[in-house]
Amino acid sequence: MIDTKQNAMTEEIEMLVGKYGRTRDALMPIIQNIQVNHGMVTDFAQQEVARMLDVHPVEVYGVVTFYSFLSETPKGRYIVRLCKTISCDMAGKEAVARAVERELGVKFGETTRDNKFSLEYINCMGMCDQGPSMLVNDLVFTKLTPHTVVDILNRFK
Amino acid sequence: MIKNKSILFNRENLGDCLAIALNKNPQDILMEIRESNLKGRGGAGFPTGTKWMLAAASLANKKYVVCNADEGEPGTFKDRVLLSDFPDLVFEGMVISGYAIGAQKGFMYLRGEYSYLLKQLNDQLEKMLKEKRLGKNILGKGYDFEIEIRLGAGAYVCGEETALIESLEGHRGEARNRPPYPVNTGFMGNPTIVNNVETFVTAAIIMSRGGEWFTKLGTGKSKGHKLVSVSGDCEEPGVYEVPFGISINELLKMVKAKNAKAVQVGGASGYCACEGEFERQISFEDLSTGGSIMIFNQSRDMLHVLRNFMEFFVEESCGQCTPCRIGNKKLLEGVEKIEQGDCSLSYLRELIELGKTMKIASKCGLGQSSPTPFISIMTNFEQEIFSQR
Repeated sequence: MIDTKQNAMTEEIEMLVGKYGRTRDALMPIIQNIQVNHGMVTDFAQQEVARMLDVHPVEVYGVVTFYSFLSETPKGRYIVRLCKTISCDMAGKEAVARAVERELGVKFGETTRDNKFSLEYINCMGMCDQGPSMLVNDLVFTKLTPHTVVDILNRFK
Repeated sequence: MIKNKSILFNRENLGDCLAIALNKNPQDILMEIRESNLKGRGGAGFPTGTKWMLAAASLANKKYVVCNADEGEPGTFKDRVLLSDFPDLVFEGMVISGYAIGAQKGFMYLRGEYSYLLKQLNDQLEKMLKEKRLGKNILGKGYDFEIEIRLGAGAYVCGEETALIESLEGHRGEARNRPPYPVNTGFMGNPTIVNNVETFVTAAIIMSRGGEWFTKLGTGKSKGHKLVSVSGDCEEPGVYEVPFGISINELLKMVKAKNAKAVQVGGASGYCACEGEFERQISFEDLSTGGSIMIFNQSRDMLHVLRNFMEFFVEESCGQCTPCRIGNKKLLEGVEKIEQGDCSLSYLRELIELGKTMKIASKCGLGQSSPTPFISIMTNFEQEIFSQR
């Protein structure tokens, strides 16, 4: 079972390498694709990328751990990122955050037990004129209130 | 949408910027941009003409154009509006600069948070390829240029041009030593110009309206108009086109801000002006900004604001140089001490000195500017902050 999973991952990375090339600057697009498809970049995926691009695995690990949108640990299917920077904060971020936590039963930094939602804070996402704002994966939601945020999350349940 | 009536970012009677530019020779484009006195719109304000000329002067075979769409400064969202409303002019500006410096390839580094814009931007590129405004033999002028969009992955420091290039090359976004500057040693060691989204749009517009027209707008050292992103305590937050030289008071009136007590100019890394300074101007001569204006009214606790900014810098410091990695932590701890009411004035002075040291000793713009809010807020609001604790 594990072998088949690993073979599938290797095939996927081979395909990505075919698309983006074997040069070092292909590294980011390749692991960004893996992140989107699997919600994380596993140790095995990191090693396979390293092998195919002919760089040390530590180089790949260094990149995965540097960027906040890349993760070497599993995340929920939907990553909820609530902006915590000052404009959104002043527009009522705190009340929205508490409503989300109560609704999903987990705190920020945690993942729900059904692996559906991960809660994270994000630094300024450029929606300062329409705060409070959040991303659910790559979808943007603005002018949130405790009620609208719950309605939005229910759509993903 | 730009909220007020635009003069610079106005499509009325705007000619075909790309066609006009490609009918000139590269040297004339460089001269025109130089004469327009256009300065970089990302915040640093480096003269665009000089940057392009330095890259053009290089004899290297490969040169690159990079559009910095990693708009991460808290309170800034004008590039988001430009990418939504003027994607054609952003890309045309890139082609024009590529033609002027002799590059065949351009990258747009789009912040991961804006990945929802990716589809419409790629559609725009597709359309330009079909119309022969991109790709091989552009507009039949024998010039080739391609553009590729790369996504960032949530790192503020990648807005710094050398960190951005590191990221494009597939590395951690850690700033490089400068010099050498990217115009000499940029992407993969080749000459590279990195410009802000707004700079490319403005440069394209200058091709049609002319450099001389542009110099009639703005002030002595800050030519043209600037987009500012206004947020915080006001009735009409949004993106506005303002002439350089506009005072904070005029701006506050424009966005209908009442009871403002502080205005943060230039984002988290910018200067926090107090009421007594509202006659100061937005310009490179006085208060410079990449576009972020955040307004705080009388009800706001400025220490809470400062804490928010310092938490941001502690998280976003890339960690490679000590002044920034440790300094920002120390400043945040200082804020916590003040909150608990046990920061002595002597220690506050020490923290301000530490901030000044960070400005000199940090490797890149992040650590060089992150002490600015600490110093300006603690200087302008010291009494208020201490009297509340």
